[in-house]
Amino acid sequence: MNANHPNRPPGAHEGAEVAAGIDIVGLTKRYLTPKHETFTAIRDVTLRVEPGQFCAIVGPTGCGKSTTLAQVSGLERPSAGSVRVHDQLVDGITNGVSYMFQADALFPWKTVLANVLIGPVLLGTPKKEATLLARDWLRRVGLAGFEDRYPHQLSGGMRKRVAMAAALINNPRILLMDEPFGALDVQTKAIMQNELLQLWEELRPSVLFITHDLDEAVALADKVVIMTSSPGTIKDVFDIDLPRPRGDVQKIRHEERFLELQGQIWESLKDEVTRAYRQSAGEAA
Amino acid sequence: MTRRTTWVWTGRAILAVIVIGGWQWFTTEGWVDKFFFGQPSEIWNSLVKLFTEGTAFGTIWENLWVTMQEAIYGFLLGTLVGVVLGILLGSNKYLSEVVGPYIRIVNSIPRIVLGSIFIVAFGLGVFPKVLLAAVLVFFVVFFNAFQGVREVDQNLVGNVRVLGASPLQVAIHVTIPSAMTWIIASLHTAFGFAIIGALVAEVLGAQQGIGLIISQAQGTFDPNTVFACMVIIAVITLGAEYLISVLEHRLLKWRPPNRSEAQAI
Repeated sequence: MNANHPNRPPGAHEGAEVAAGIDIVGLTKRYLTPKHETFTAIRDVTLRVEPGQFCAIVGPTGCGKSTTLAQVSGLERPSAGSVRVHDQLVDGITNGVSYMFQADALFPWKTVLANVLIGPVLLGTPKKEATLLARDWLRRVGLAGFEDRYPHQLSGGMRKRVAMAAALINNPRILLMDEPFGALDVQTKAIMQNELLQLWEELRPSVLFITHDLDEAVALADKVVIMTSSPGTIKDVFDIDLPRPRGDVQKIRHEERFLELQGQIWESLKDEVTRAYRQSAGEAA
Repeated sequence: MTRRTTWVWTGRAILAVIVIGGWQWFTTEGWVDKFFFGQPSEIWNSLVKLFTEGTAFGTIWENLWVTMQEAIYGFLLGTLVGVVLGILLGSNKYLSEVVGPYIRIVNSIPRIVLGSIFIVAFGLGVFPKVLLAAVLVFFVVFFNAFQGVREVDQNLVGNVRVLGASPLQVAIHVTIPSAMTWIIASLHTAFGFAIIGALVAEVLGAQQGIGLIISQAQGTFDPNTVFACMVIIAVITLGAEYLISVLEHRLLKWRPPNRSEAQAI
């Protein structure tokens, strides 16, 4: 299936940048623990995300999924190997990237509107334009009328919408999502997944989406990557050939092809999860 | 007023009557010597005298103004330096490693004694008092600002950095607002320290000020005037406390309500 969309769909902003491919080659990241031992978080990870592709990374907890994202964003530097975005070596902060965390990284001291317009303001957009853009984005995520609220006055789902608007307002070439819906209840999660898919169809950035929820990964992604734990390496890559647009993630869960793919991937994931569980149980004992 | 608040206020009134009335009673009966421990009615008389007849160093208002000036300037100076250094050292690891031990050493010496040095060096005017108040304020604010910067949510920092923020923008958008909670919480305590600094420096040597009135009263075995000065200062501090709470409310209006504030008593 062809996930490349060279032409920007309508709805993308003017001056929009084209989605960038991500090339991860032999990526290794080691940390120094407080006890001065080296800890290898990920080893020799090689992965390619096509421009505009939605790639989900699934794996047991602590398998270095987040570490991989940090290398792609340029917040951290790899110990070995390289990350290329749009054929350019990542060295320092990558341009045109947005990050979405599991904990909502909203500014508690800024209003909803100010939280969303921070993106364009940091890029040097005049405040007036940024405000218009931010209002438009809040409308798109269904939060018109909530501009002057503070994050603590919103529900978990609404905060996620704000975070989504804040992440997408700059029309990123790459969207990095670190278990963004992990803390939500099942219903809210499904709604947010649908909205994410819709917005993604409009903008088509390349997405690296971390989750431990296999259903979520299959329902959303074009490609599902299974990672093993400690040190994190790539075990398997599955292409998800479910047709796009996917529509309702709740419904797609019952389709035959979905179940088939989900079953295949679970076979691969199962061993990893049990192994990781045994390891952590062994540590606890 | 609900029934509960009525009861709370009744309890408060009874407590005040017991303490002040008991004090008055014990001293009147002679169980406690009022020569040493004062007496509420005499304290009231001293207060009235301070405000009507004034003191040997001019009216009470003049003296109060001098002390307030010292405390406020000291407060502002100490807060400014504390916030700037706190944020600077909090966000720069190298600086904090170099300067950190020295700040801890200076913090561990009895700073109030510095008042003597300041008076020797700068004379009996307002300046040494401002300096002592500022030194006391500085450490409270500094440690809070420093800690505040350290507690910044790294997700937030990562988020704005990915969005392309420069180090200065990270400070403006994340570090400083985030540390503000800590800094403002410290201001409550800090203003108390500013008053203490000004008063102690005045007791050590001054030409005017509430501290001077206190040390004068001590010299003439007049506990009532000392207590009267304490009452005046307490009223001022409560007023300042209120203003700081208003400021806190303004600046931190984004915070969820009903969170128990760490009130410095």
